[in-house]
Order: sequence, then C-alpha cells, then structure tokens
Amino acid sequence: MLWIAWKMLIGNRAKYLGIVFGVVFAALLIAQQASIFCGLMLLTISQIRDVQGPDIWVMDRNVQYVDDIKPLADTELFRVKGVPGVEWAVRFYKGIVRARLEEGSYEQMILLGIDDDTLVGAPEGVLLGSVADLRKPDAVIIDKVGYQKIWPGEPLRLGRVFEMNDRRAVIVGIATASKTFQSFPIVYTRYSQAVLFAPRERKVLSFVLAEAAPGETAAAVCRRIEEQTGLQALTQRQFVWKTLRHYLAKTGIPINFGITVLLGFLVGTAIAGQTFYLFTVENIRQFGALKAMGTGNWTILGMVLFQALQVGIVGYGVGVGFAALFGLATKSFGRLSFFMPWQVLAITGVAVLLIVLLASLLSIRKVLVVDPAIVFRG
Amino acid sequence: MRCRGVTKDFGTGGSLTRALRGVDLDVPSGELLMLVGPSGCGKTTLVSILAGTLEPTAGDVTVLGQDLVAMSNGRKVRFRRENVGFVFQAFNLLPALTAAENAAVPLLIAGWGRHAAIEAAGAVLDELGLGDRLASLPSELSGGQQQRVAIARALVHGPRLLVCDEPTSALDAENGRITMELIQRIAVQPGRAVIVVTHDARVYAFADRIASMEDGRIDSLTAGPHAAGSA
Repeated sequence: MLWIAWKMLIGNRAKYLGIVFGVVFAALLIAQQASIFCGLMLLTISQIRDVQGPDIWVMDRNVQYVDDIKPLADTELFRVKGVPGVEWAVRFYKGIVRARLEEGSYEQMILLGIDDDTLVGAPEGVLLGSVADLRKPDAVIIDKVGYQKIWPGEPLRLGRVFEMNDRRAVIVGIATASKTFQSFPIVYTRYSQAVLFAPRERKVLSFVLAEAAPGETAAAVCRRIEEQTGLQALTQRQFVWKTLRHYLAKTGIPINFGITVLLGFLVGTAIAGQTFYLFTVENIRQFGALKAMGTGNWTILGMVLFQALQVGIVGYGVGVGFAALFGLATKSFGRLSFFMPWQVLAITGVAVLLIVLLASLLSIRKVLVVDPAIVFRG
Repeated sequence: MRCRGVTKDFGTGGSLTRALRGVDLDVPSGELLMLVGPSGCGKTTLVSILAGTLEPTAGDVTVLGQDLVAMSNGRKVRFRRENVGFVFQAFNLLPALTAAENAAVPLLIAGWGRHAAIEAAGAVLDELGLGDRLASLPSELSGGQQQRVAIARALVHGPRLLVCDEPTSALDAENGRITMELIQRIAVQPGRAVIVVTHDARVYAFADRIASMEDGRIDSLTAGPHAAGSA
C-alpha cells in the first residue's frame, strides 16, 4: 500500500513539486540561516581558537568575553607564574587601535601583542616573511584579508609602513588568520612593541596565557590560579563557551536569526500544508475507493504519513543541499560567515519532520473521516 | 443477502431526511439484481448499506450469512476486503497506476506481493479483452476500457458480492452494452450475487430480477428479461 501511496504522490507532478518546494524552502532557509548564525558565532571565538599552545587564559574576574578587555597590571604575570602547576606563563595584549596609513587615511585594527621571548600566540600560517622577523624594530605581521581590505587589488608586499599611536610600524610578514567578529585587519607584534602602539594606559596587560605542568589538568590549574590570585582563569574550551554564552544571551543575534528561522518554518509549513491538503482533497475519492475496497484507517493513516515523510526526505535533501552549495559559493568570495555543523543538519531535520507532520495533520483528518460511501455519489 | 425493515435517515430534527423507509430484499447467489428508479429514490443508499459502507438507521442486514449491523467497523472493513467487489459510476481508478496496477489494488489491500498481484490482475484484464493495455494509464484509455479495468479490479480477488453503481451511465450505448455483457458473462457466477444500480433502461435486459424503487421503498420486484430469456 505504501507503493500505491508513493505512486499517488508522484502521479500529480505539479502538486508533488509544490509540496516539495514548501519543504525545500523551509529546509534551505533554516539550514542556511542557522549555518550563518553558527558562522557568526565562530567569528566571536576565532581569536581564542587562533592562539595555539597555551591551555589556560587568565584575565580580570569581570571579563565576559574575548573582546571585553579589562587590563591587568603587568605584575599579575609573575603571580600566575608563581602558582604551583603552572609550567609557564606569558603576556598577551589585545586591543583595537587606529592606524594612519601612508596615504593619509585611517583604519581601525586589532592589535595583538605576543610574548617577546617565546612569540607564543603568533600566527600559524605565515604566507610572506617569517614570525622571527617580529624581533626586528617596529615589526608587525598583518593578516592577508586585512591587507587586502586596506590595499584592495594590490599585490602582497612586505616593507609597507603605517603608523599607530604616532609610531612607525613596518610589515615584515603576511599571515592567514581566522576572520573576526569586527572584521578589522589583525596586526601581530611583540608585547613590548604593542604597548607602544596602543594608547597610553596605566595597565595594559590583557591576558596571561599559561600552560599546565605535565601531570596537571588545565582545569585544576585554573582553579588554583583563581584561588591564589583572585583572577579569572579559564581553559581555552571554557573561554570559548563563556564568549559564546555572552553573545547568545546578551546580543540580539540569536533572536534575529531565530525570527528568520521561525519564518522559514512557518512559511514552509503553510506552503507544504496547503499544497498537501489540496493534494489530499483532490485524491479524496481515491482514498474513499480504497476504504470501500477494504483498506483500514490505520493503513490509510500510514499511507498519508508515508507520503508526508517522502516529501520531507526529498525536501530536506534538496534544501540542505542548496544551503551547502550556498555555503560553498560564499566561501569562495569570502565575505559571509558560514559554518554548517552536524547539529544544524539535525535541527533542520527535526524542523522538516515537524513541518511535514503538521502539514499532513489536516490531510490525515480529512482521509480518516471520509465516508467510503462517497464513492457511490456521482 | 437478506435485508429486513431497513431504514436510513440523514440529518436530525427539522432537517431529517428519510432515504429508506423499511426495505425488505433478498438476493440469492448467482443472481444479477438491478436496483432501478428515479434519482433520489434511495438506490445508492440501499446499495451502500448492502456493501457495508453505510450504517442503516434501523433494520437487519445479513450478507453471506453475516449480520452487517452487529459487525464492528474493523470487521466490516475486513468483510468488504474479502467479500465485496465494487464497480463505480466514475470508475475511481488511480490515475497514477497502470491498468494492471489498478486492477491489482484489491489484492494489494489483501496483502499480496506487488508482482504476483499485478500478474493476477493482468490475467483478469486479458479475459476482459484488455490484454494489450496492461501498461496503459487510465488517461490513455477510453471510458469503456476504464470501466473494464474497474470490473477487473472488482473481480480480481474473487468476491462473493459484486456491487455496481451506475456502471453504464458514463458510457455510450455501445460501451454500456459491452460492459453489461461482460458483467453478465464473467461476474455472474453460482457463488456470487451481483447488484447493479442503474436508471439506464437500455441495460434492463441483462437483469435476472429488477427491484424498482420509489421514495425509499421497493415498489415492485419483477423477473428481468434475462431470467425470462433463460427460462
């Protein structure tokens, strides 16, 4: 009987495509918007993830997320180093500065100051120049996307000069870096250089990056650092989630995306539901004939649900496929953030299942109450 | 098949309509009974009750020795599946299925495998002269051919009661005659009763008996020309 249900469904191609379109529309919108949302969330934590090496981030107790800088006194580094279980600890500066370009224009930049001695926190993928060149006077490494934003269409070139806080900065390297939420160019330099590039403040240390000693867990060392210094110490994973929770709870981003996703859900349900209902009404005599010939209500229910699920599976596949293609397309021109983890696929799948079940509810009612004697009415 | 004092009301209170007013009728196996009468006289209501697709308001209905009135819905569905074949005025073929697939539907409902069901349906269609149109969709068949597919569908599972509702009203005279000849030749069997609802006087000649209805009652019950011819 499921075979008959399937034949009935695809027999009317226009209606079938209409129902599938509703589900495709919903799946596409839900998957695409959810993936852009995930991409945006990924941007908020990109600078934490980009710092490879240290497990532990130490910061002011009131810091809520990675861009919420509350400077520490430089002496905090030594207090952290003194905590048992800390293998090593280094300073890390993070701030936003205004750069004056050779052309006379100004550009906001994210300035990252990494440890002078170890260069912990330096970018991984250096395309031009080398990390070691940061030891030269006034040296900075800039990220490739930032470079292309400042000097669009120009070839990557070392030796370009600009000013930050009236101090000369020379590009000695160009590196890849993850996109950030603010989408400003990222400039890496030594910590001692960064405090000169940054506006003068009494305290300038943004974070202390530390590593747990062998045999110690990062979480245990974090607890010890907090107890002994009164600072906030988080593992990289904890800091990632703290930052994400901040954006989820304190910004309108989830609500905005949620509204779009909800709209996709509702419109998809409406289109699919209406077309599916019309399809059922159109076939009501056929269902009546099947009932007259001895098809039970459970079988009829199974047939309608099978039709709905069939539409759902096709609609889901096509919708998610289009969303993935959209993601691939945007990746190539690199402006939009798009990240489609398995959770997005699962959520979209559940939403599509709900859509087809809701869409089939009216139809199910219609076929269950249809009187088999309807077939005797001309 | 036997029914006694069957009444059927539609609606309630002021809008109550009495479609059947105490119908008594017996149809033995091997007989083709025609229910005739003007529109609205209760023919379709009566045949719906006899086929187990409609509940009577009062009265007794016994079909193949089973009390339809006392039967649960589930048992009635099973009863129809196993014992009743239907030929509808509007054919009610599934437009997406081929002739053979349409004719196989009762077997599929009964749980047969698809290939076996379609093969069995093909044999019946062959007997009805549609052996070369097994793979045709209903839209590719003429009205007469569609009705023959509907007859094959009604007979494929070997029902003991065949109910035909206005089987010729959507057909021209020639196709109507062919359809009735097929019903007469193939459907009427010793172990099977056939009830044909019609107001098409051209096909009365095929009846063993004619029950003439008027205003919810059986007005007269006479031997049909076919029975007279046979005698």
